[in-house]
Amino acid sequence: MTDVADRTERYVADFEAFARNGASGGPEWLRELRQGAIARFAELGFPTTKQEEWRFTSVAPIAETEFTLAHAPRSPRLAPADVEHLSLGAGPRIVFVDGRYAPELSAVASLPQGVRAGSLAAALGTDAGGELARAHLARHARWQESAFAALNTAFLSDGAFVHVSANVALERPIELVFVSTGRADSDSPTVSHPRSLIVVERGAQASVVETYAGVSDDVYWSNVVTEVAAGEGARVELYRVQREGRQSFHVATTHSRQERDSYVALHAVTLGAALARHDINALLAGSGAELILNGLYLLGGAQHADHHTVIDHAQPHCASHEFFNGVVAERAHGVFNGRIIVRPGAQRTDSKQTNNNLLLSTEARADSQPQLEIYADDVKCTHGSTVGPIDQMQLYYLRSRGLSPEAARGILTYGFGAEILDRMGHPDVRDRLDRLVRERLA
Amino acid sequence: MSKHPLLQVKNLHASAEGREILKGVDLTVNTGEVHAIMGPNGSGKSTLAQVLAGHPAYAVTAGQVLYEGNDLLAMAPEARAREGVFLAFQYPVAIRGITNAYFLRSAVNAIRKHRGEEELGPVEFMDALEEKLKVIGWDSSYLTRPVNEGFSGGEKKRNEILQLAVLDPKLAILDETDSGLDIDALKTVAQTVDKLRRPDNATVLVTHYYRILTHIEPDVVHVLAGGRIVKSGGKELALELEEKGYDWLREEAVVA
Repeated sequence: MTDVADRTERYVADFEAFARNGASGGPEWLRELRQGAIARFAELGFPTTKQEEWRFTSVAPIAETEFTLAHAPRSPRLAPADVEHLSLGAGPRIVFVDGRYAPELSAVASLPQGVRAGSLAAALGTDAGGELARAHLARHARWQESAFAALNTAFLSDGAFVHVSANVALERPIELVFVSTGRADSDSPTVSHPRSLIVVERGAQASVVETYAGVSDDVYWSNVVTEVAAGEGARVELYRVQREGRQSFHVATTHSRQERDSYVALHAVTLGAALARHDINALLAGSGAELILNGLYLLGGAQHADHHTVIDHAQPHCASHEFFNGVVAERAHGVFNGRIIVRPGAQRTDSKQTNNNLLLSTEARADSQPQLEIYADDVKCTHGSTVGPIDQMQLYYLRSRGLSPEAARGILTYGFGAEILDRMGHPDVRDRLDRLVRERLA
Repeated sequence: MSKHPLLQVKNLHASAEGREILKGVDLTVNTGEVHAIMGPNGSGKSTLAQVLAGHPAYAVTAGQVLYEGNDLLAMAPEARAREGVFLAFQYPVAIRGITNAYFLRSAVNAIRKHRGEEELGPVEFMDALEEKLKVIGWDSSYLTRPVNEGFSGGEKKRNEILQLAVLDPKLAILDETDSGLDIDALKTVAQTVDKLRRPDNATVLVTHYYRILTHIEPDVVHVLAGGRIVKSGGKELALELEEKGYDWLREEAVVA
């Protein structure tokens, strides 16, 4: 199809300008990586609904929009007050505006020894930082298989880089705030490609909160990739809050790789964007690793959000527990696809997956698909999913205790969110998300 | 306070999915009384309890129910609860994500608000709850768990009794709360119900077994069979049922 080729050609042309004007920067290996990635993007093209992985989600609105690459602002686009409400307040905070590090909005002075958190572009500009990043960057995210991850890799220039040295325990969560201003000083819709790398070395502990937010109702597109590497015995808690603008597109991939005896919890809360797609690929690469995937999507209006998760049990004695709840109102559409792969030899795998969807209107829709691929025989794998309206018995039970039908519905709906929030380890983060969820459901 | 009728059920007919289950129930419960409604499986005991609480799946096709002289059937389930009607469910419902404490406080505050009383904050409520927890022999860990989720059968029943104690209704209807309880749990339930007895409230125990009546002495025992109350009497009737079963009554009902 020629029009599809045209759509990718635009990005190839943009890439050539991007590579020429030096905005890309970075070491030689990175420039080669980008070249490979744009070539791969051109080969793959935008996915269509004919592809199984994209059956329920058409990205035509993205492919058909002429986005221009969000460029570095000449002057700060936002004041600290503009991002205050997007943050937990205290603690280290790294802010990006339209994909670029915004030092004037960030606060990274209080980091303990052995912890590095800041701009990926800055890290890549130094020898030490470049070497640290090189060991992991683009090595976990399978951009060769995903057009969006390939495109992000081609335009890879900035995002967050968090590195926690071996055996360092970070108490307070590090916040990464990605704000999109929409058109800002551009005439056409903009796209940014935030790229983050979080490396928690052997025996270290860290919590990271990623927030993606819009401050306008413009059409824009965030095409995000985050890679997480957890070393042997490391503990990582990653919270992800997507509250992009109402008219925006948000496409993201989060890839995690876990070494032996590590613990990773990925909490994903999806509230925003007109069209959102989040791929989570979690690789359990060392035995004894434990993974929690804990997600919530609250959708309304004509929102469409698609979560595709792949949990890859490559080694024995690993546990993965996955819980995704969706509350879908009005004409919104939620999609959940949960694939669990148990590789040959990954004995004693313990895997549990649930996806519960609450439909709040007759036009709301949710599609839930578990996919288990089990190639080992001594495993425990369970999955379950539900899609339906508010349960009449639950409603009656609450009413029989004096609650109005409205209050009862509110409680039952909130319960879908609370169940996910209660699994979050950090009380400050949980409380903040709890407020967001309550506001959203009010 | 003098005795007066709290609940008057007159010729109540009710059906579910087009099948008539209650076929003319008459029952008067006065303040200060404990009534036991016994009967074989399928006689309509649970239906009667659920109709009184306002279960949406049952349709009342004839008859009348007065609660404190007002038309109970015209009231929504929540209005009945706010006016002091409480049903301990035979099969309590689990609610994901909502802690027992939040649920209980929401219920208490819905009722307080209706009475024009100030709503209780989380801390005040916890203080008030502590005593009630002791009564049913629970520690506060049950309050932070989601409502009935992962509770054993006995825990669910105790949770109903906790709600009963916290909401302090005028008319408590216990739908087979004694079923499936071990002897200690049964005693706890019975003691709690006994403690809540006052001259201005009443309890209706729907039960299949005589057992609980050895702990709570009923003023009146009714036998429900084939959708009607076929016999009423004192507590000695319960003992008679324990010895003779229900078959002799079923025959009487058919003859009648």
